[in-house]
Amino acid sequence: MLAQFGFGVFVLTFLLALFGVVAAVVGYFYKSDRWVEAARRAMLLTFPLITLAVLALAYLLVTGHYELQYVYSVTSNDMPFYLKITALWGGQAGSLVLWSWLMSAFASAVTLRKWERDRELLPWVIVVTSITLAFFLSLTILYENPFARWWQTTAGDFVPRMFAPAGAIPVTPLDGQGLNPLLRHPGMIIHPPILYLGFVAFVIPYAFAIAALVTGRSDDRWIRLTRRWTLVAWLFLSLGLVLGMRWAYDVLGWGGYWAWDPVETASLMPWLAGTAFLHSVMIQEKRGMFKQWNMLLIILTYALVIFGTFLTRSGVFSSVHAFAQSAIGPMFFAFIGITFVTSVALLIYRWKDLRAEVEMTSLFSREALFLLNNLLFMGVLIVCFWGVIFPLISELVTGQKVTVGPPFYLRANGPLFGALMALMGIAPLSAWGKSTFKTLGRALWKPSIPSVIVPLVLAILGVHNWIALVGFTLVAFVIFVTLFEFWRGVRSRQNKQNENFLVALWQLAGRNRRRYGGYLIHLSMVVMAIGILGIELYQTTTQKTLAVGEDIQIAGYTLRFDSLAQFPYTDGRIVTRAALSVFRGGKFLGDLYPRYDYYTTSGQPMTIAGVRSTLADDLYVVLVNWEDVSAAQAPFKVYHNPLVNWLWIGSLMFIFGFLVAAWPEREEETRKGKI
Amino acid sequence: MKTKNIFLLTFYFLLFAAALIPAVAVSAQQPTPSDDEVNAIARQLYCPVCENTPLDVCPTTACHQWRELIRQMLAEGKSEAKIKQYFVDYYGARVLSEPPRTGIYWLVYIVPPVAFLAGVYLLFRAFQTWKRLAKEPITGADHSSSLGTGPEPAEGSGTAADDEYVARLEEELKKRK
Repeated sequence: MLAQFGFGVFVLTFLLALFGVVAAVVGYFYKSDRWVEAARRAMLLTFPLITLAVLALAYLLVTGHYELQYVYSVTSNDMPFYLKITALWGGQAGSLVLWSWLMSAFASAVTLRKWERDRELLPWVIVVTSITLAFFLSLTILYENPFARWWQTTAGDFVPRMFAPAGAIPVTPLDGQGLNPLLRHPGMIIHPPILYLGFVAFVIPYAFAIAALVTGRSDDRWIRLTRRWTLVAWLFLSLGLVLGMRWAYDVLGWGGYWAWDPVETASLMPWLAGTAFLHSVMIQEKRGMFKQWNMLLIILTYALVIFGTFLTRSGVFSSVHAFAQSAIGPMFFAFIGITFVTSVALLIYRWKDLRAEVEMTSLFSREALFLLNNLLFMGVLIVCFWGVIFPLISELVTGQKVTVGPPFYLRANGPLFGALMALMGIAPLSAWGKSTFKTLGRALWKPSIPSVIVPLVLAILGVHNWIALVGFTLVAFVIFVTLFEFWRGVRSRQNKQNENFLVALWQLAGRNRRRYGGYLIHLSMVVMAIGILGIELYQTTTQKTLAVGEDIQIAGYTLRFDSLAQFPYTDGRIVTRAALSVFRGGKFLGDLYPRYDYYTTSGQPMTIAGVRSTLADDLYVVLVNWEDVSAAQAPFKVYHNPLVNWLWIGSLMFIFGFLVAAWPEREEETRKGKI
Repeated sequence: MKTKNIFLLTFYFLLFAAALIPAVAVSAQQPTPSDDEVNAIARQLYCPVCENTPLDVCPTTACHQWRELIRQMLAEGKSEAKIKQYFVDYYGARVLSEPPRTGIYWLVYIVPPVAFLAGVYLLFRAFQTWKRLAKEPITGADHSSSLGTGPEPAEGSGTAADDEYVARLEEELKKRK
């Protein structure tokens, strides 16, 4: 009964979203506030309605209604309560419901703002968000219905359907398959909703951009109105990526955090376009330039958000033939095509209205460097996009799939990321408008001197890898430039206002949070780069089968295999855990407990590495469950990952920098018309 | 008789020793390859069954067998290139971490740099156009946004530039009071 209710609510919400589109369009063209208001209220209703359906699904998951195919596939009797809740997005049908839920929440939040000043934008914001919502709801209703239940047909087959096939009888399994073990990690529990928060939040600036295009508003109002949405979207997308990295590092057991897997790369692509957009809108706000480019970037970001969801949901990764068999693949493909072509057509229609208010005059101005930054982000995006789709093109043309793996991405993207880091250091020192090579050079020389010393010191210390030398020099350069900028600002305040250092720093950052928060984000990025350079360039690994008492050496560490135990756990998994002692220079440093868990319900194993983590390096030990393991001897794979912790430290710094940058400024808090 | 026996013993010893020499030599040249030697090749190959999983960390039985096959081929003295080619011949180019540099696969390497260079060219052309269109010098006036604003960066390193920087900063901070 509850399942039918939930399904009915989805159908009703879908119809409501369609009504919202029609009402908004009618309201706009007939200049009828009543129709627009009806559309707004329709959108407002979608959120409580989908919330009801989500609550119904959550109840069915928690109470173990295994007659529903979705509940059966993602929960089991032995799963703890919190995992049954998170199973809501543990499968395809649930994750699409989550998409719709977030979309309705964000769109409702937008429609609740005061619209007096921007009344003409409202109908088109509703149209775009409603169409997006209706699309995802249609996938849920037609193809990925989480409320479909099991039926046994007259032929004896078990099929999931919402309504009974002719002659079929309902079936209720006693237990479910349980959530995929890999999805039980804390990182993976929050990774999908965080990533989706980022995905869906980017729909809002896109909706305003389309509204501005349709209504012919060529000013930067749409950017100002959606600034916070863009920042929030970017934050969540960034956090989603970092959580995904951490999950991969902790759970997948291959000693790394990023494998340039198509799913990972697909989620990186909207981040790249969004980051380029985030930088580029500054130029429009500041100088009235790049209006067309900003429109194109947000259209691209939206398309990539849908494309990312499409790639992970259509089955196209496994094979183009799987795409053809996939029910939702062609729907996604058509939706991306239609929205992208329509958006670009609108942009072309308004192209002349979006001309820059001023022209760029110097290649060394900050706006020129920002444009270069955008070009580099687009370069990385092209590499990623091409790397993701080439295997599909190859399969279509030659009938043979190929792998485009890490060597391709690292070789192509490495120099581009290096150039981006260099720009992170140079751009803050350039001036808006007129700037010459000479003036930029004058601003650069002071922070450049200590940066030049860094490679010399590193070379003396024995670092001879030229990529490491260049990379760490760039890291140092960005750090020195950023600290230099802080120092100059603080010093000037100290001189003029007689403030002490801390007060001056507080006042400086507090009065232009966006600028100094941005600098902190730059710092966090280069701190992350330290970790990335360390693990990418200096990771070492060794594998050996050890008898109890034997040891294995890596990077100056000795690991002695002490014992191995196997025991059942309360949630039904069987844990196989090894104990190793770690020594360095004969000194005992501690114990490590790599293990693998075998989930008997689903028959799936999960490898959990034993990790000794310091600021200098990680010692990462995997009990190699795919080789023969016994109490007497066991195979271990050990990774030495230098500096990798800085990647996670940088991620935390990123959040802090974001909070500084996005915190409302005093005058902004009182400004009318903000969302 | 005694001499004959000694001769025969010596002969048999030498014969036995001669028979052992190649075995010892082979054994010295081809000890059982270690896991690290196997993984050094396996990590460059991708599981033909699983999606995007390098062979050295793939937990499937098939991959376990393929790793043992690599070990066996190494023990037979086969080179890394020959072993990789063996897998390509049997399972196709998808076992390699990158497409081979042949035929249509060249596209994967050519398209990104060409697209990027096209972007650089377009940017350069656009910049030339902007420069031509710019009729009056830009003063860098603030449009009141808080984004990336604040003090203009110093255009010089001397005292004058610093003074200018401080003045701009103060002006900015006054605006925000």
